[in-house]
Amino acid sequence: MAEVLTTDSMAAPYGIVAEFDTPAATMHAAEMIRDSGFKRWDVFTPYPVHGMDEAMGMRSSRVGWFSFIGGVTGYTTGMIMIWWMNAIDYPIVIGGKPMFSPMSAFPPSYELTILLGSFGALFGMLFMNRLPRLHHPLLKYGRFKQATHDKFFVVVETSDPKYSAVETRRLLESAGSKNIEVVEE
Amino acid sequence: MSAPVSTLKLENPPEVLAREPLVLNQRSPGWISDAIAGVSEGKTPVWWKISFGISITMMTVCFSLITYLISTGVGVWGLGHPVMWGWAIVNFVWWIGIGHAGTLISAILFLLRQRWRTAVNRAAEAMTIFAVMCAGIYPLIHVGRVWFGWWLFPLPNSQGIWPQFRSPLMWDVFAVSTYFTVSLLFWYMGLIPDLAVMRDRAKNKLRKFGYGLFSLGWTGSNRHWSNYEKAYLILAGLSTPLVLSVHSIVSLDFAVSQLPGWHTTIFPPYFVAGAVFSGFGLVLTLLIPIRKIYHLEDIITLRHIDLMCKVILATGSIVGYAYGMEFFIAWYGGNPYERFTFINRAFGPYWWGYWIMISCNVLVPQFFWIKPFRRNILLVWFLSILVNIGMWFERFEIVVTSLNREFLPSNWGYYAPTWVDLLTYLGTFGLFFTFFLLFLRFLPIIAIAEVKAITPQADPHHPLGGATGGHH
Repeated sequence: MAEVLTTDSMAAPYGIVAEFDTPAATMHAAEMIRDSGFKRWDVFTPYPVHGMDEAMGMRSSRVGWFSFIGGVTGYTTGMIMIWWMNAIDYPIVIGGKPMFSPMSAFPPSYELTILLGSFGALFGMLFMNRLPRLHHPLLKYGRFKQATHDKFFVVVETSDPKYSAVETRRLLESAGSKNIEVVEE
Repeated sequence: MSAPVSTLKLENPPEVLAREPLVLNQRSPGWISDAIAGVSEGKTPVWWKISFGISITMMTVCFSLITYLISTGVGVWGLGHPVMWGWAIVNFVWWIGIGHAGTLISAILFLLRQRWRTAVNRAAEAMTIFAVMCAGIYPLIHVGRVWFGWWLFPLPNSQGIWPQFRSPLMWDVFAVSTYFTVSLLFWYMGLIPDLAVMRDRAKNKLRKFGYGLFSLGWTGSNRHWSNYEKAYLILAGLSTPLVLSVHSIVSLDFAVSQLPGWHTTIFPPYFVAGAVFSGFGLVLTLLIPIRKIYHLEDIITLRHIDLMCKVILATGSIVGYAYGMEFFIAWYGGNPYERFTFINRAFGPYWWGYWIMISCNVLVPQFFWIKPFRRNILLVWFLSILVNIGMWFERFEIVVTSLNREFLPSNWGYYAPTWVDLLTYLGTFGLFFTFFLLFLRFLPIIAIAEVKAITPQADPHHPLGGATGGHH
C-alpha cells in the first residue's frame, strides 16, 4: 500500500504534518490549533488518547443513531415476521398455545435487535469515518508509519481557509514539534 | 524503534496505595507493538508446524466421520430409545458455553471498566468464535436428515408451512447465529487498528496487501477513534445482554420441556454461570502456555491469571450453589418423579459422572481462595483443565440422566456412545485448534492499541505521558 514518496514537483500539497513524542505534547498542540480556529485538521495517535476529543473541540460521536435504527428495525422485523408466519400465513395449533404471543416471539426478536444494532454500530462507524478507503495521502509519508507504533502527528490540511505555509508551520513549531513536513496529495 | 524500558524514575506511592501495574517493567508503547506484532513476524516455529499438522488431521477425522454419519444414518451414534439426545447436545452445549468467557471479557468487563481485560480479550474472543463454530456443527448434524437443515431458517417448506416460533429450538437458532455474527463483528472491529499496526510493519508485498486490505485504510485519526470508541462501547453494551441471553436460551431448550430434571426455573442463570466458568477454564488453559512461549509475561501478568482464577472461583461457587438448590427443590417440591430423577443422577447408573462433575466444578475452584495457588502457574493450568472436564460431565449428566430412566420403568435404558461419537468430539478439537493456531500465526494475539492505552505512557496527565505539571 505505502508507495515511495513521490518526487513529482507538480503534486499539490495535502497538508502540513507535525510529529510529537508524547500524548501530553500532542494534546497541547491540538488545543493550540483548536484555539486558532482551524477547521480541516486532525490528530493521529497509536491509541485513543483520553481527553483528545475535548482538546480538538469535537462533538460527541453520532454512531449511536445508526445502532438505534438497526435495533428498532431488528425488533419490529422479528415481531412482524413471526406474527405473519405463524398467525396469518399458515396458522397451526400447537399444544393449544395462542397463534401469536409477544412472549414466545420475544427471544428471536430480541436477538434480531442485537444483531441489527451491532451491524448498525460497525457500519455506522465505518460510514462516519468514510472507511474503507484504499488510499490516503498520509500513508505515503514514510514517518507516518510510526503513527500506529508510538508517535503522534498533528496534521493541518492545506484546504483549511486559515492555512498559511509560514504561519501554520510557525504555530506547530511553537507547540514543540521537532519534525514538521509538508505532505503531497 | 524506541527504547525497551523507559528510563524515567518515578516516585512510588505509599505502600498501602500501591497497585500491581497492568504492564510490568514500565514497558513503552513501542515495546508493546514489537512484542505482540513480533509473534506473527519471523519464522514459523517448529512446535507450531507439528501442532498444526495434528490439528488438521483431527479436523479431517471430524469431517470424515460427519460424512460417515450423513451417508449411513444416526444409527452410527450411540443414540437410541430412551436417550434420544446424547453426545451431540452435550458437546453443543459444552462448546457454546466455552465461548461465553470471550464475550464476558470483551463486553461485560469493558462496561465494568476492568482495564486488565485488554491483555486477554483478543485471544478470548478468538476462542469464542472458534468454539461457537465447533458448537454450530452439532445441531445441524444431529437432526439426522441433514438435507432438511434449512427447516431451521425462517423459510416455508414445500407445503408452505413456516417454522414454529413457539418452540425454544427456534429461539436457539436465532440466539446462536446472532451470537456468532456479533462476536465476529466485535472481534473484527477490535482488530482494525491492530491490523493497521501489522500493515505499517509489514516487510513483504503479500503482508502489506493482506493487512492493508483488512485494516480498511485505518490511519489512527482522532476523529476516527472518536467514532470507533463510541461504536465499541455500543457493541459492548449490545453483547452484554446477548451473552446472557444465549446460554439462557440454550437452557430453555431443556427448561421449557416437561421432563423432570430439565423443567426447572433455575436453568438460565445456572447455565450462564456454568458457561462463564468453563470459558475462563479454557482461556487459562490456552493463555498460560501462550504467554510463556511468546514471552508475553509482562503483558499477561500473574495478576491477570490471579484475577481470572477469582472469576472461576466466583462462577464455580454459583454453579455449586445451583447444584445444591436443584437437589433441595427436588426434595422440597414434593414431586416424586423429580426426586427420583435427582437421586438417579447422583446414585444411579451414571453416578460416576455426577461425582466427577461435583469434584471438578465445586471442589476444584475452592483452591482459588488461596493466593499462592492462584499464582502457581502449573497448578492453575492443571485445575483449568479439570474445570472443563467437570463442565462436560455437567452437560452429560443433565442430558443423559434425565432421559435414561423416565416415568415408566419399562422404558428405562442405558446409553453409551460409540467410537464415532468419541472421534467426532475429538475431531472438533482439531477444528478448534486449526483455527486457533492460524490466529496465533497471522493475527495480533493481544489487542495492541488497547494495551498501549492502559499504560501510564498513554496518559497525557501522567509524567510518563509527557505531562509537566502545568495546565495543558
